[in-house]
Amino acid sequence: METFTTYEKENYYDELIDENGNPRPEAKILVDKIETMPEGDLVMRQKAAEALLLRMGITFNVYGRDEGTEKIFPFDIIPRIVPESDWQQIESGLKQRIIALNEFLQDIYNDKKILKDKVIPDDLILSSKTYRKECEGFTPPRGIWCHVTGTDLIRDSDGGFYVLEDNLRCPSGVSYMLENRQVLKRTFPQVFDASRVRPIDDYPVRLLETLEYLAPDQVASPTIGVLTPGIYNSAYFEHSFLSQQMGVELVEGQDLVVSDGFVHMLTTKGLKRVDVLYRRLDDDFLDPEVFRPDSLLGVRGLMEVYKAGRIALANAPGTGIADDKVIYAYVPKIIKYYTGEDPILPNVPTYICQDEKDRAYVLDNLDKLVVKAANESGGYGMLIGPHSTKEEQNIFAEKINASPRNYMAQPTISLSRAPTLVGDKIEGRHVDLRPYVLFGEDIYIQPGGLTRVALTKGSLVVNSSQGGGSKDTWVL
Amino acid sequence: MLSRVANSIYWMCRYIERAENVARFISVNLNLILDMPSEGGKHWEPLIMITGDHEPFEKKWSEYSQESVSHFLTFDRDYPNSILTCLAAARENARSIREIISSEMWEHLNNFYLELSNANSSTFAAKDPHRFYKIIQMRSQLFTGLMEATMSHGEAWNFGRIGKLLERADKTSRILDVKYFMLLPRSDQVNTPIDNIQWTAVLKSASAFEMFRKQNHRITPKDVAGFLIFDRHFPRSIRYCITASNDCLHTITDSAPGSVNSPTEKRLGRLKADLEYADIDEVIDQGMHEYLDHLQTRLNMIDQSIGETFFNLQPLIEATLNEQ
Repeated sequence: METFTTYEKENYYDELIDENGNPRPEAKILVDKIETMPEGDLVMRQKAAEALLLRMGITFNVYGRDEGTEKIFPFDIIPRIVPESDWQQIESGLKQRIIALNEFLQDIYNDKKILKDKVIPDDLILSSKTYRKECEGFTPPRGIWCHVTGTDLIRDSDGGFYVLEDNLRCPSGVSYMLENRQVLKRTFPQVFDASRVRPIDDYPVRLLETLEYLAPDQVASPTIGVLTPGIYNSAYFEHSFLSQQMGVELVEGQDLVVSDGFVHMLTTKGLKRVDVLYRRLDDDFLDPEVFRPDSLLGVRGLMEVYKAGRIALANAPGTGIADDKVIYAYVPKIIKYYTGEDPILPNVPTYICQDEKDRAYVLDNLDKLVVKAANESGGYGMLIGPHSTKEEQNIFAEKINASPRNYMAQPTISLSRAPTLVGDKIEGRHVDLRPYVLFGEDIYIQPGGLTRVALTKGSLVVNSSQGGGSKDTWVL
Repeated sequence: MLSRVANSIYWMCRYIERAENVARFISVNLNLILDMPSEGGKHWEPLIMITGDHEPFEKKWSEYSQESVSHFLTFDRDYPNSILTCLAAARENARSIREIISSEMWEHLNNFYLELSNANSSTFAAKDPHRFYKIIQMRSQLFTGLMEATMSHGEAWNFGRIGKLLERADKTSRILDVKYFMLLPRSDQVNTPIDNIQWTAVLKSASAFEMFRKQNHRITPKDVAGFLIFDRHFPRSIRYCITASNDCLHTITDSAPGSVNSPTEKRLGRLKADLEYADIDEVIDQGMHEYLDHLQTRLNMIDQSIGETFFNLQPLIEATLNEQ
């Protein structure tokens, strides 16, 4: 039966249930509602929601089967609730962090003051795969590098929020945030109303404003496009969804061409100039002339037009250096350096394998730590010590010794849990939180975000490529 | 609009129309054999003739039966013109232009495909084929209705409509070609009401029976062919399809009807004029098959020049790159 009466909170911080097993004040209306629903009703609604997502085509392809098997991204019907007091801290913390990271990007590609002042070892920056020499001496339109950021936050057993990862390249998932909300509105209309959940539906409009702000001054009504790698990309649904919601063109590399010093779209009436691109394509693939020469997804000559100020790109090329997992360890120092303030949202303690003392500690404690590669994403290239075999630990030890620059390690955090529907029972599953930050004329933090949930019992990996799902996130 | 997008919507609509026509042919055939049970088997081969795809069929099946032909035309994923393949292609095109079409259109098409690809549907098709093919037709028409009512009638819509109309004209010409050949061994019978049931079936394949009846009392091969080729108002007649696509084309290019600014306008406009000024007697003198064969070639040329004029701008790009 779908009930909280048999719910086991265990020794974790639970997002909806307090230490005594009672609903937290902000979750009371929701929990009461679920408790009074007829038996089987919640499961039925979960199934109906899944059918709806399938019909809307919010799916990804399961490879290796030509029958066109498609699956929806797993989705859990019980929302995660963030009370206002927590949200205020998140909001101000993220704002502070983004301002500092943006200044950091501007600095390292120009004056390099932070390196000259020896706050960060310069070889750490210059040796990073995501440092783009091509961006040196460049200031992007309006001085903004990271227009769209999705920062991953986690909550430890003490109830405090920590930043786990900055995603300043092409963070995805915002469409799931919006679609999950649509589904939940249909599922719990009364609870919605009574709980006063803050709306998130204006995200596409705000994203559009952010992009319009980047257009060259003399362009009165800019042409904006979302640049996608195409229908085989796992986030294609999101690219298409966002361009539809913003009412802008969805373009692929093959639709664009550089001519007369500008970027143009190929239309049925000839060439049409493009002023701003929200690109959902990694730096590596953007322009075969400058980055990977074998890229078929990008636009030849794009970077030259960009550097001449004739097109704006969001996010700017080169932002990857700021979400390098080793640079991450320095973000508290970066914040202090540029803003003079202490970080409002702390980092998870991090050991940098390039540092001799840290490395020795990491190698001695591989069974307790989480080890991550500096430039991987999506939960790949990662060792979760307590869940690993001796053999896996040895492989990582070799990798770390071979290239210490590329690894960092963190203590295993006991991620908070949230009640999740599993079969016909409610059980606790680990979650994180990815709020979305827009940096245009102002900095705006969407009140909500994507709660990712590790659906496998006991698992700490929330990435969708590794068996993770998502939940709607209610900020009150 | 983007050339790639125009191309996708054009093909999305063509594929859906193609799927509907295949369902329509099978549906009519199912009805027909109820009236002539003893000769059931020989009525299935003509369906493959209409498509012109004997070869791929015979690779897989040794005889023409209701089971083999309907399975081939409906569910065969290796056959590019089966209903399922057409819908899969329509849906892939739709997926790449989701932001252009309405979500009603997308959800309907997505669901249409998902249900047809479900393993249960071939059981359903075998158990109650009449209802099954009716549902396919209704769903395709519902898509057309959604496109009419939920999408702005701008450039994209007009490209989609041209795709649909050209496909329809092609299918009408094919069914007429095959039936005329089969049902009319001697040309002097062209004006006599022979084989009423079969000619009624031809009309029904194009949903044209009732509308034809309003104008004609007798069902003669000549009148049926005349109606399907030249009727001004019937929406599946070849003339209607060509006239309407010509209107769409001039809306897209924003040029006066009758003016000629591209090879496409020239070819389509000329075909339209030919259909306006020709009549069925001329066609019969010339030979029905020869006439329809030539017509299909012209339809293919129009399709090709739409591709060159609007979808494929490669020569233009090369030219601009050389200027630098």
